[in-house]
Amino acid sequence: MSELTLRPTHAAVMIGRCVRLSRRNVDALLTSLLLPVILMLLFVYLFGGAIETGSAYVTYVVPGVLLLCAGFGAAGTAVSVTTDLTNGMIERLRTMDVGATSILTGHVVASVARNAVSTVLVLGVAVAIGFRPAVAPLRWLAAAGVLLLFLLAVSWLSAAFGLLARTPEAANGYTFLVMFLPYPSSAFVPVETMPSWLRGFAEHQPVTPVIESLRGLLLDTPVGTAPTQAVAWCVGLLALAVLLSGVLFRRRVA
Amino acid sequence: MVHGPPAVELVDLRKSFGDVVVLDGLTLRVPTGGVHALLGQNGAGKTTTVRILATLTRPDSGTARVAGYDVVRERRRVRRTISLAGQHAALDDGQTGVENLTMLARLTGLRAPAARARAAALLDRFDLADAARRQVITYSGGMRRRLDLAASLVGAPSVIFLDEPTTGLDPRSRQALWEVIGELAGAGVTVLLTTQYLEEADRLADQIMVLHGGALVAEGTAADLKRRFGAQRLELTWRDAAGLAEATRRLGDRVTHREPARLSLSVATEGSAPQVRALLDEVDPDRHGVVRFTVREATLDDVFFTLTGRPASPEREVAGV
Repeated sequence: MSELTLRPTHAAVMIGRCVRLSRRNVDALLTSLLLPVILMLLFVYLFGGAIETGSAYVTYVVPGVLLLCAGFGAAGTAVSVTTDLTNGMIERLRTMDVGATSILTGHVVASVARNAVSTVLVLGVAVAIGFRPAVAPLRWLAAAGVLLLFLLAVSWLSAAFGLLARTPEAANGYTFLVMFLPYPSSAFVPVETMPSWLRGFAEHQPVTPVIESLRGLLLDTPVGTAPTQAVAWCVGLLALAVLLSGVLFRRRVA
Repeated sequence: MVHGPPAVELVDLRKSFGDVVVLDGLTLRVPTGGVHALLGQNGAGKTTTVRILATLTRPDSGTARVAGYDVVRERRRVRRTISLAGQHAALDDGQTGVENLTMLARLTGLRAPAARARAAALLDRFDLADAARRQVITYSGGMRRRLDLAASLVGAPSVIFLDEPTTGLDPRSRQALWEVIGELAGAGVTVLLTTQYLEEADRLADQIMVLHGGALVAEGTAADLKRRFGAQRLELTWRDAAGLAEATRRLGDRVTHREPARLSLSVATEGSAPQVRALLDEVDPDRHGVVRFTVREATLDDVFFTLTGRPASPEREVAGV
C-alpha cells in the first residue's frame, strides 16, 4: 500500500516539522520538562522519608521518574496526531501522496527527541540531589538503549491512540493512562509491599522489567532476565503499535 | 491542449454513508482550463464530489477521472496532478508562512533551496511577503485562506479543487480572494470550486454545474442558465386559490415559480408588452383573476429555485426573503 510505504525525504521533512512544532509549543514543552523534575523532588523529599527501600530513596526512585516522564512526554504524541487529523493537515498531506508511515514517523521521532532532552534534565537534577549511578559506560549505554526502545514503543502506541481519538481533548485523556502505568510497578515502592492482587499485576506489566533493567544497569547491580523481558515487551508493543496504526490510519481516512 | 482528456470526468458516480445517499449517479465533465463551480446547498454532495476527486474518499460505484487518470486505480498520478484547498485552511499554526510553504514544497520533491525559492515567490504573489516570517497563528482569516491557496500551488498542479474557499470570510476578504482565484485560472490552471453562494458562482465561474440531491440538475454559463430558466419572469398574483390552481393547470410545466402562500406564480417572459399582454389574456381570459403583475429580472437564485424548489442560500431561508 502506497499509504504505508516510508519515503526517506518525506519522513525527514515530517521529522523537521514535528521537532520545530514541539520547540514552538512552549507551554507543552515546559510542562513535559518541568513536571518530571517536580515529581522527582516530590517523591524524594515528601514521600522518600517514609518509604523503606534498602538504599537512599533518590537512588531507588530515579529510574521510575525517568519512565514516568517518558510515558508522559510520549503520550503527547497522541494529541498532536489527533490535531493533524482534525485540522485537515493529514488530508492535505495525503493529497500530496505523503504516506501514513512518514507522517507518524515525524511525530514519533519528535517525541523521542523531546523525551531525550527531558531525561537528561531529570538525570542532571537527580545527580544534584544525591543520585550516584555506578561508573560503567557500557551499562549506561545499555540503559539508554532500553529507555530509547521504551520511548519508541510508547510514542508509537500514542500515535495509534491519536488515530483512534475523535478530538485532541480525548487524545489527551490517553496521557493519563500512560502516566498511571508506572505507579503500580516497582517504580516508586518495592512490589513486595503491595497487596498480592496488585503485586501480581505489578510484576507482570511492561513497566516493571524496564525499570528493573534501568535500576540494575545504572547502579551496576545484577539484572537477571529483566533486560531480556524489557526488550521483548518493548519490541512486542512497538510491532503491535505499528501494525495497529497502519490499520487505524486506513480505516480513519477511508 | 483542447484535445487532451477533460480536467474532470465523472460517470454515474455513487456514494452513500450508511443509509444516507450523498451522490446519486452524478455524471459531469469539466473541460480543461477556466473556473468551474459546483453550486449547491449543504448536503447536495459538493464536498463529497471534491473529496473523491482529490483521492480522499472512494466512490461506491461509477468512475471519476482527473486529467484522464482514474482516481482509484491511478491515485498517485492523480495526486501529482491536483491540489485541494479545503474548508478550513490546513496549515501549521506553529510554523511561519514561509516554513509552511517550504515544507510542502519539499514534500513535492523539491530540494531545500528550490523549495525556499518557490515559497518566497508564492508569498510574494499572494501578498504575504511581509507576514512570511510570522507564525500562522497570528494571521487573520483572510491571510490564512491566501496562504492556504498559495500552499495548494506549491506542487504546480494542473487541476485545483477549492472546497467553499470563501465560507466564513468577511466581504472584503472574500472580494480579495475572488481576485486571486481569477488569477489562478488566468495562469492556465483548471479550477473547480464548490460554493453555496450564487454571487460567487456568478462572479467567478465560466461554467456552473448545479448539484441537487447528489445529481447534476443543470449546467451552463451563468448567462445560459438565466436564459434557459427565464431571463425575465412574469410574476402574477391571484385573487384567490381557485384562480391560482386553474392557472397552474392551464400553464402546466411553463410555471417556473409557485408561492401558494402569496397566491402567486411565475412564467418565463421576454418582457415585451405584446408578449406580456398575450400571456395575461391566456391565463386570465375573464380579466378578474390576476390582481397584480410584476416583471422580474431573473437571477441565479431564480434558476436555483426553479431547479430545486428551494431558495439557494441558507441565509435567505432564515431571513424569509
